[in-house]
Amino acid sequence: MVTMTALEEELSRIAGSVPDPELPVLTLEELGVMRGVQVLGPGRVEVSLTPTYTGCPAIEAMASDIERALHEHGVPDVTVVTVLAPAWSTDDISEEGRRKLTEFGIAPPRPQGPAGGPVPLTLAIRCPHCGSTDTELLSRFSSTACKALRRCTACREPFDHFKEL
Amino acid sequence: MTGTTDTLTAAAALALGDDALVLSHRLGEWAGSAPVLEEEVALANIALDLLGQARVLLSLVGDEDELAYLREERSFRNSQLVEQPNGDFAHTIARQLYFSTYQHLLYGRLATGDGPFAGLAAKAVKEVAYHQDHAEHWTLRLGDGTTESHQRMQRACDALWRYTGELFQPVEGLDLDLPALETAWLDSVTDVLGRATLTVPSGPRTGAWSAGAGRQGLHTESFGRMLAEMQHLHRSHPGATW
Repeated sequence: MVTMTALEEELSRIAGSVPDPELPVLTLEELGVMRGVQVLGPGRVEVSLTPTYTGCPAIEAMASDIERALHEHGVPDVTVVTVLAPAWSTDDISEEGRRKLTEFGIAPPRPQGPAGGPVPLTLAIRCPHCGSTDTELLSRFSSTACKALRRCTACREPFDHFKEL
Repeated sequence: MTGTTDTLTAAAALALGDDALVLSHRLGEWAGSAPVLEEEVALANIALDLLGQARVLLSLVGDEDELAYLREERSFRNSQLVEQPNGDFAHTIARQLYFSTYQHLLYGRLATGDGPFAGLAAKAVKEVAYHQDHAEHWTLRLGDGTTESHQRMQRACDALWRYTGELFQPVEGLDLDLPALETAWLDSVTDVLGRATLTVPSGPRTGAWSAGAGRQGLHTESFGRMLAEMQHLHRSHPGATW
């Protein structure tokens, strides 16, 4: 781990507090996509960001939102670079992020450990509306690649589930 | 990404990137005409994952837009399987089953070690696991469904079988144990088809004319029409932006 200077920590906090463009209840820090902030010189900062999915179109909006936030904080020269490794995992979403997802009506991803990929349906997914664990899968892909569409068999409401990756 | 990709890495990136790009475009053709809304969304999401992989891979070779929009048919290095037309939904699912099974095994192997594709492969293998899961579930549902769906799924599996041998032809720049990859692929596909009450096709998996041909730039008839549509806008309005 590279140790950050006080300035880098401050800039990291500002960049990390930018909301996710598709799930605005979450900050980029809570989503776990921030990979580092480096001051390259006076007024020159590089931010490393990792995409949730390789093809996630939100990454470009995230990059320009970070640039704007840091410009407003007086950093004239901001570069946002994308890093792929180590790959992002839904385990990188913070506890606070999970709580906010549920509040927003999206069932948070289940913790999964090192293997990755589709999780066998052993752990129940809880309906974010009524709390029932009696839910069924409607489609493995929903409004975005990172979500699956489910329905609660108790309250009959459909809901998104942030699927494990 | 560094600007100095060596020739062998570039050759491999082009082959894998073209596979992802071309299949992404084919799946995108379902937008507006998928059997149900959920499938429309699913196929578009799979296409988006593949497009993301294609962008990373083609960027190792050169300018991604130039590579996608300004190359002639003979310069594409994708396998012939991914360029096959969507056909009915069963054909699309059979193509997905064959290709996602291959891609999952391939990325799984590339993810180990520290080769030039390890980072992307480790990330993409998790996405492709969902593509494979999606294809398997539909294969089971159609194969073990009605008489009509069973017949169509069998027909689709048979029709695309001849394009699957090419996936295990050597790719310049990739150092892989291809026989092991092929055995694992056959085991996996045989298992899914069996559970779906389908028969593993008996025909040859390569033809004299088709073995490895896509990787050498020889493509099937429908690919030219697909490219014409994919490249039309960019060629007619060079440099256009939103």
